[in-house]
Amino acid sequence: MENLNKVPIGKKCIVKDLTSSKKERRRMLDLGIVKNTNIEVLYKSPVGDPIAYFIRGAVIALRSEDASKILVDIID
Amino acid sequence: MGLTNKSTGLSLINDNFEVIKFSNNEKIITLAGNPNVGKSTVFNELTGLNQHTGNWPGKTVENAKGFYKYNDNNFILVDIPGTYSLISSSLEEEVARDFICFGNSDTIIIVTDATCLERNLNLVLQVLEVTKKVVVCVNLVDEAKKRKIKIDFDKLSNILGVPVIATSARSRKGLDKLVKSVNDVSFGVVKNKGYEIKYSDIIESEVKKLTNILDSLIKKDINTKFISIKLLDMDDTFHDSLNQFLGFDLMENEEVKNVINDIKNNLEQYDIKNYLFRDEIVSSIIQECEKIYSECVVLENKKYNEKDRKIDKILTSKITGIPIMIILFAFLFWLTITGANYPSEILSKFLFWIQDKLILGLNFLHFPDWLTNVLVMGIYRTLAWVISVMLPPMAIFFPLFTLMEDSGFLPRIAFNLDKFFKKAKAHGKQSLTMIMGIGCNACGVVGCRIIDSPRERLIATLTNSFMPCNGRYPTLIAIITMFFSGVVVSGITSSILSTILLTLIILLAVIMTLFISKLLSKTLLKGIPSSFSLELPPYRKPQIGKVLIRSILDRTLFVLGRAIVIAAPAGLIIWCMANINIYGSSILSYCTNFLDPFGELIGLDGTIIMAFILGFPANEIVIPIIIMSYMATGNIVDLSDLNMLRDLLVNNGWTITTAICMMLFCVFHFPCGTTCLTIKKETGSLKWTVLAFLLPTLIGIILCFLVSSISKLLFM
Repeated sequence: MENLNKVPIGKKCIVKDLTSSKKERRRMLDLGIVKNTNIEVLYKSPVGDPIAYFIRGAVIALRSEDASKILVDIID
Repeated sequence: MGLTNKSTGLSLINDNFEVIKFSNNEKIITLAGNPNVGKSTVFNELTGLNQHTGNWPGKTVENAKGFYKYNDNNFILVDIPGTYSLISSSLEEEVARDFICFGNSDTIIIVTDATCLERNLNLVLQVLEVTKKVVVCVNLVDEAKKRKIKIDFDKLSNILGVPVIATSARSRKGLDKLVKSVNDVSFGVVKNKGYEIKYSDIIESEVKKLTNILDSLIKKDINTKFISIKLLDMDDTFHDSLNQFLGFDLMENEEVKNVINDIKNNLEQYDIKNYLFRDEIVSSIIQECEKIYSECVVLENKKYNEKDRKIDKILTSKITGIPIMIILFAFLFWLTITGANYPSEILSKFLFWIQDKLILGLNFLHFPDWLTNVLVMGIYRTLAWVISVMLPPMAIFFPLFTLMEDSGFLPRIAFNLDKFFKKAKAHGKQSLTMIMGIGCNACGVVGCRIIDSPRERLIATLTNSFMPCNGRYPTLIAIITMFFSGVVVSGITSSILSTILLTLIILLAVIMTLFISKLLSKTLLKGIPSSFSLELPPYRKPQIGKVLIRSILDRTLFVLGRAIVIAAPAGLIIWCMANINIYGSSILSYCTNFLDPFGELIGLDGTIIMAFILGFPANEIVIPIIIMSYMATGNIVDLSDLNMLRDLLVNNGWTITTAICMMLFCVFHFPCGTTCLTIKKETGSLKWTVLAFLLPTLIGIILCFLVSSISKLLFM
């Protein structure tokens, strides 16, 4: 398992666990990020953070602190 | 209780979340949906109103109410802030949730985005858990068609058990069907069968225990399974709203308390404790969304969003991202500066031609001289100035700005700049509120509601007025042209130079915003950045015609109207002050003489300081007041010519230093009256409002003092 923020650009991965709590966790659930969700890493912002991800048909940008609390397996 | 109707601006709703009806045969329709799916467009098209729209999440922060008729039936339409789910996190989302759960809507229209249906279904299923009186509006179908996303609407409607209407609200497609369907559901012509989310067996059987008890306790019409789940979820803000709705606290009932404890113990045996309960619930909903989506939607072109990706790669790349952003803004300024030149001149010539005719006319009518002077030299001339200087740049800048808003570019700016805000320990969406501030600071302050964390929201609110608003651009542009670019060169080179200078001023304002945000984070508003997620919506082609009409009619004329209302009395005051003499000197000269020492200390003069003070209600009138005051002391100038105007200023002691300090003070001084009132309303605190007033003023004074001191040292 890896932290989502460490996954290289262009890779696809699948969510295995969320380590955030309370409000942050709610945010993630709101965006449809739960176990077994597919995420594709799209691109970094000019200064490297945040990173844009393709999640359930939408492009969502997450800061590295928040992405690091999503544990994933790289699948492709 | 933290959440009150007043604190969230829901004055049209009473304490029980109900919209107040005027008569009984009116139906109340709520427009719900994810952020940025076109709810406001649907609202505008149905009601004929002009709620502000744009392609970025979070524009609608306040409920809007409108009316429409169908078959002689009256409908009240309420547009609520966008929300991803009923598990709310921000204040505006709580508003939306309470309105959906406890409001007295006859039908809820859930607007969804056809290009991103799976995520949108999440909210649909959650609302369907609350009520069956729903019509799902799948909007933006034209965009979906372009991207070859095929949706089986009949099947979707069958599965969800409610009508599903395909619309393209921007071109009014499908809206007739939508209003008919809403009518049928509201009047019970059509009975929806609805949709029940199936959770895992353990959850279903445990929740059932609580539902059984609630069924006997709750007399109001509300889904008890939904309430049970929410109670088990331990959502405090929901609990508060529920108490308000029911008029009593369910958790005070012994039986309820015992069953909830019981259920919790049972669930723990299955390893579903506390927050994992919510995970279970949400996961079940999301799995159902996935299933429904795969049954109803076919992607004929798997690379349907390739084009957006390509644009994004350019607009957010390491090398080109930030430069393109700056160049785009500079281009916007350039168009405004060059485009405003000629109309400004023509308007000014025309308005002063009228001034001469006015004087002739009033003389002909035998008006006493002093009255003619008050009316023409005092009131009319100030008005003429405000219109000729303000109208052209506004009429150009507002539409261009709206076009950019419509295209979906703004969230990319927030994406590119987020790291800087993170370093300042502020919220990434602050850049969005800053851009709104460029339009109007009061709008920017209201827009700060899109920021969840109170600490970060305050930072964004306090620093919003650092962004020079539309009322201040013309001042900046006029000074740049008179003292810098216009002096050195002429024609196109001059306008480019003006643009560069203006862009530099904006950059300075941005840097100052970041610096002060960081300072606040380290002192008064200590804390760490909260979590941040930002949706980058698909690009949409802006509707140029509509944008032009809307932004000129709604925004430009509105803002200009406000400026005129304030300019007229200000012109009168200035004229009186300049012409009423006490002991041989005018009141005006007493005032300016009094302010002069302070003004000179910071590179300005008493007249400028007074103009800023009188310009408190609307910054647009600062330059006109300065001119009026100088002119009142003697020389008449042909005002259509900026060169003549510069001579007037130079004759009154202006130097390059004065011009620089004037621009600095224009950017960094107290927010206008409307903005201050808005800050008071939004923060609910006089203390923060005073700080928002003092902070930019002090920065302005310090900067101007530094510049004037340095220049004095250099030129001594």
